Amino acid sequence: MAKNTPIKNPTEWNYAASPESTSHIRLEKKYQLFINNEWVAPSSKKYFPSTNPATEEVLAEIAWANAADVDKAVKAARKAYQDVWSKLSGAERGKYIYRIARMMQERAREFAVIESLDCGKPIRESRDVDVPLACNHFFYYAGWADKLEYAMPHKKPESLGVAGQIIPWNFPLLMAAWKIAPALAAGNTVVLKPAETTSLTALKLAEIIKDSGLPPGVVNIVTGYGDTGAAIVNHPNVDKIAFTGSTNVGKIIQRAIAGTHKKSTLELGGKSANIIFDDAPIDQAVEGIVNGIFFNQGHVCCAGSRLFVQENIAERVIHKLKSRMESLYVGNPLDKNTDIGAINSKEQLETIEKYIRIGKEEGAEIYQSQCVIPSKGYFCRPTLFTGVSQSHTIAQEEIFGPVLTIQTFRTVDEVIQKANNTPYGLAAGVWTDKGSRIFNLTTKLRAGVVWANTYNKFDPVSPFGGYKESGFGREGGVHGLGAYLK
Amino acid sequence: MNILKTYKIYIGGAFPRTESGRYYPITDSKGNTLANVCLSSRKDVRNAVVAARKAFGGWSEKTAFNRGQILYRIAEMLDGRKAQFIDELVLQGISKSKAEKEVQQSVDRLVYYAGWADKYQQIASSVNPVSSSHFNFSALEPMGVIGVIAPQENSLLGLISSVIPAICGGNTVVVAASENHPLCAVTFAEVLHSSDVPGGVVNILTGKIAELAPALAGHMDINALVSSGLGELQRTLALSCVENLKRNFSYSNSDQQGLNFITDLQEVKTTWHPIESIGGATSSY
Repeated sequence: MAKNTPIKNPTEWNYAASPESTSHIRLEKKYQLFINNEWVAPSSKKYFPSTNPATEEVLAEIAWANAADVDKAVKAARKAYQDVWSKLSGAERGKYIYRIARMMQERAREFAVIESLDCGKPIRESRDVDVPLACNHFFYYAGWADKLEYAMPHKKPESLGVAGQIIPWNFPLLMAAWKIAPALAAGNTVVLKPAETTSLTALKLAEIIKDSGLPPGVVNIVTGYGDTGAAIVNHPNVDKIAFTGSTNVGKIIQRAIAGTHKKSTLELGGKSANIIFDDAPIDQAVEGIVNGIFFNQGHVCCAGSRLFVQENIAERVIHKLKSRMESLYVGNPLDKNTDIGAINSKEQLETIEKYIRIGKEEGAEIYQSQCVIPSKGYFCRPTLFTGVSQSHTIAQEEIFGPVLTIQTFRTVDEVIQKANNTPYGLAAGVWTDKGSRIFNLTTKLRAGVVWANTYNKFDPVSPFGGYKESGFGREGGVHGLGAYLK
Repeated sequence: MNILKTYKIYIGGAFPRTESGRYYPITDSKGNTLANVCLSSRKDVRNAVVAARKAFGGWSEKTAFNRGQILYRIAEMLDGRKAQFIDELVLQGISKSKAEKEVQQSVDRLVYYAGWADKYQQIASSVNPVSSSHFNFSALEPMGVIGVIAPQENSLLGLISSVIPAICGGNTVVVAASENHPLCAVTFAEVLHSSDVPGGVVNILTGKIAELAPALAGHMDINALVSSGLGELQRTLALSCVENLKRNFSYSNSDQQGLNFITDLQEVKTTWHPIESIGGATSSY
């Protein structure tokens, strides 16, 4: 085979613009809090803007809940738990959850468009991944509601009470589904707080919850910043905290609830290894690397951000990877051709740029794709670093952006040690044609999810969650029910 | 004249004295000294964690069947030394009949967990029917090194009930024995030592709970902490556990047995692999 010449000027074969229509979506100018199936103005009287990170335009004003608002929501959830939800049969609970799933499916495209507008992710991902997975999650757990006694051997399943749930901005609707669906199936009621930059799809979900006739107070959605989340965590009448977000905030939450009766599950950060052996199908592996780190702009807790390539194929893999990076489209999230959308916020873009700067300062060699990025909005070129060692900051800390670090290895033992040498343990990827080696690695990698010859796959039936400082508890599958049952 | 026994601690399959050189006396109800036991230090905790971490790879990779055999071997060894344990319990102030019952329950508990070693995985793992062409399964894996603060009462049965489910599941353990009734813990170390349990899988320290428990809770290379009945101290330990997100289990029923004592100390790992999909061939007949 001739040399792999990278495409010198990718703009030569630009696709014509193919934007998704936004004419069919319904967005209010101003969103209130959703408590007791009603839209309630915040007692703080404060609102904050939710912006489109691709255009920096304001999409809507969102209510900012304070401790009094959270208290109102918790009281509503407690009352709904005591008076209605805990008395309902599992079969009836299940019917409500099924109904929510169906109504979400009916409005799936609207959800996808709003998610891309608010979050910055490519429409292809929100349309084909986030929204269908969110619907399916409700479908999956709806069916568990009347079968809980099969979920945990020799334990009588009992609900916990009021679950306080705090979710991140990278998969806003999907994370809401991951949290709400199993909580309701297990018989709990919910107070959910979306991330401040991405409240819209959770509020649209509130519309569906209201339309579905779910009893008032069973699901309450309070929007706001960290102080709103803290009010949920510290509320004495909350029985369970479910949090997805950074390891730092996870630890703050654990400290806040230490010594209380509150149960918790934490799904936190990661610095996952993606390992390519010399017998791997290289082209597929390169797609896997790209999917591992550039999916959702790298805003993925399980992103394959540490690439380990076996030394004898490193040059070839890196060359192919660079030329593949040149063909990635960075731009308008609503364009169906877009591979990489907008970074979720200005703040996050600054964080990513800070790490890129540190990477260069510490002596790693940077490569960024040559693509043209929009002049407005928050965008970041797909980036990789070679010449990286374990001691580099960019190889240790979670960047949460489209930035890949590449290291090489020679032996199986060496790469297992390097891969496990991190306080995190969320996910890992292994690429090899040899079955016995796959099982050797998948057994020895200390991570909650291992993708062999694939990466970044998710499914409602598949338990997800970390080892070590990536958190504890699982979401998805039968194991995900454990988080919401005594 | 009787020979007095020297009670030492158990680290990495050896019986050293505490590196601190300190001791504290254990007395019977009349105030007579029964033994001078090691007043273990934080440094002993750290040494024990190193031994436990070193032993983890080998122990967790043993076959489940083999771990079951070794646990059953512990039961055999304990059964053969019943009289010694009963004597020690009686010396520490328990009635003869209660002591006999506790030792018999301890043997039975070992047999119970020996049987679980190659079964809990089948009960608690799953094959997950994902909506794509992948084979996907979730299996349990041991958490790693477990810090155990053994119950203060039921000094033998409590110790066994909190240590054995951890090692049954492939973990290794550093345990702080009952502070005021530590004799059986040290003698149990001798049982482990003669039961094919590799050195470092169980490490047993004697000393003050107020000193050892915070050292265990704060150690960055311990993956989970198991305790019971610590009252006020529990909140302090919970705060220390946050530093490396140590899993923290405080049981009220530490003298019970059950599957959950094994599975609580397991992580769930989910593995995905694509399934080749080539048109034509089917499995329809």
